[in-house]
Amino acid sequence: MNERENIFGRIREALRVAAPRPGHEHDSPPHLDAAPAPAGNTRQWLPLVGNSFEERLALFEKNTAALKADFFPVKDREELGRRLGELRDREGWKKIGAHNGELTNFAVAELALPLCRTDPGYEVADLENCSAGITECDALVAQTGSVLVTSRSAGGRALSVLPPHHVVLARREQLLADLPGAFAFLKQKYSSNYPSFISLITGPSRTGDIERILVLGAHGPKKLTIFCL
Amino acid sequence: MNPVAREFKANARRLTADLRHRDLIQTALGKYEAVRDKTKAAFQDWQAARQAAAEIKWEAVNHLDRYLDEFVRNLEARGTKVHWASTGRQAREIILGIIREKKARSIIKSKAMTSEEIHLNEALEEAGFEVVESDLGEFIVQLRKEAPYHIVFPAMHLSRGDINELFTRELGSAPTQNPEDLTMIARGVLRQKYLAADIGFTGANFAVAETGMISITENEGNARLTAALPKVMVTLLGIEKILPRLEDLALFLPMLATIGTGQALTCYNSLYGGPRQPGEPDGPEEYHVVLLDNRRTELLADAEQRDALHCIRCGGCLNVCPIFRNVGGHTYGTTYSGPIGSVITPHLRGLQEWKHLSYASSLCGACTEVCPVKINLHHHLLHNRRNASRQKPSLAEKLTFKSFAFIVNRPGVYRVVKRAGRLLQKLHPLVKGTRLDPAYSWTRTRELPPIARQTFKEYWRNRR
Repeated sequence: MNERENIFGRIREALRVAAPRPGHEHDSPPHLDAAPAPAGNTRQWLPLVGNSFEERLALFEKNTAALKADFFPVKDREELGRRLGELRDREGWKKIGAHNGELTNFAVAELALPLCRTDPGYEVADLENCSAGITECDALVAQTGSVLVTSRSAGGRALSVLPPHHVVLARREQLLADLPGAFAFLKQKYSSNYPSFISLITGPSRTGDIERILVLGAHGPKKLTIFCL
Repeated sequence: MNPVAREFKANARRLTADLRHRDLIQTALGKYEAVRDKTKAAFQDWQAARQAAAEIKWEAVNHLDRYLDEFVRNLEARGTKVHWASTGRQAREIILGIIREKKARSIIKSKAMTSEEIHLNEALEEAGFEVVESDLGEFIVQLRKEAPYHIVFPAMHLSRGDINELFTRELGSAPTQNPEDLTMIARGVLRQKYLAADIGFTGANFAVAETGMISITENEGNARLTAALPKVMVTLLGIEKILPRLEDLALFLPMLATIGTGQALTCYNSLYGGPRQPGEPDGPEEYHVVLLDNRRTELLADAEQRDALHCIRCGGCLNVCPIFRNVGGHTYGTTYSGPIGSVITPHLRGLQEWKHLSYASSLCGACTEVCPVKINLHHHLLHNRRNASRQKPSLAEKLTFKSFAFIVNRPGVYRVVKRAGRLLQKLHPLVKGTRLDPAYSWTRTRELPPIARQTFKEYWRNRR
């Protein structure tokens, strides 16, 4: 506890002299207790997002394509089941990871493969052997083509990052416009009790560390597929 | 000149003439610039976003005691153990203490510049522990026993050929020149390290006071695995990483990505608010957060340069800096290189020993212009110069300016010196480029324009 007091002591001592506000380096004296910056305006500065659902869906689709993620709007569960089956057969899935959820349970039943379910607790080696991790999500973000997940909505921390293919099952009413909307949503949904892990997933794992050449699947999934009912 | 400055000068001279180095850096940064500008252009108002980001960081840093306290209270409420370190040594001891208490053997690390700052890897290895960097670029430079070249692109100075050679030598992998194959080799090796690691160690990009969470920005997923698999997780971060509110991330995450790598948003932006909570299937059983001062409070005490603590370590100022692009990251000999490194290193490590970095600048201001949080970088280089010479005046410099003032204040003397200068300049080629030249260090690489044959005064007099 001692170092804590030392650090706070030095901070308070240092802050006795006020620093000029950004853009007011030549004014004096600075106003330390002026109103905080207006974070509410962020939306006006970030990239533009359309107003209608169709525009947002189109933007999400465009962004995911640029990120080399696969995005499929599906009409109904029948189509979802069919497409999942195609994916399983094309990639030769042997085993899947999933968590308990309405859509994931449907997918698990359709796929009829050996399963590693994360929610009751699992062995890492078991999940490591899965061809795909199937999760639900909290929201989709049109502005950036992101999938918002938490440890509660997506079966913990590892399911959406350890297997080589992450499959997201979302509903169309989960599509949000932009990042300010995503954080407002998080606050509204969880503010009384936040999950220990929250992530915005934007495309499959990637690196450019070798000559700035894009390689997918650096550590996380090489493929990200998003189905939207 | 002190030894550190002498080494900087020698390395700078060598790398400036190294054409292969220049080629690698120009290619890498050329690609980066193209995407960065395109992503930046998608913002509706980039300048307003910069101003807002600067104001939010100003708010956080200038009320650091309040926000830090809020951050820690919220973090502790969910069972995180918070540690405080005034110095690098204390931080190393705290981390070693956790490792020993847990009887851990191996540590998997995701990228953390603060750990470079306190030389954590060396300390852990010396104590007999295995520590593995999991970020691909960091893994590469760790294998080469080098410091990261750049705070965002650690292996930017290497070609795929260099990396292939390194991997075949150190990992025994089959030779390949394909970046994808090279990445998969590292992925395979590191996956095994993950499964065996006892402790996951991370840095942090932001600390959200309102909710008590740390935010990690990455592309590879290595930090996510580090935070998901090992039983114990440790995060080391500087006390200045604070943001007041959760929604501030809606601005900072895309701005960091835009200037950092040219992406609209990096692949994974994750928030960690504690160890595994009741009902959660995985994540560490224990979570430790180590808050590091390491002379940040000294920088905080300098109100004039306090905004240097706004830095979000995007690397943008390095990428645009003509000095960085020529002398390269390692030449600085510091944890943080480029303009921001030149500004803060004298505060973190001593002004007199590191002041030379503030002179290694053309003062073009490209750094200040690109900075997403509007740090007054190139002016701070001037502030460092002023502070250094105020603290320890240079006799030679003083004498030069005294004589200059003496001459220009006396028209008669000025006239004589002017004539003498015109005459002496004719003789200059005899000594130029040799040590006999009194202005050798200046004229060695420069041409002095000839002094005019006629002054304006003379011209005016003749004209009438």
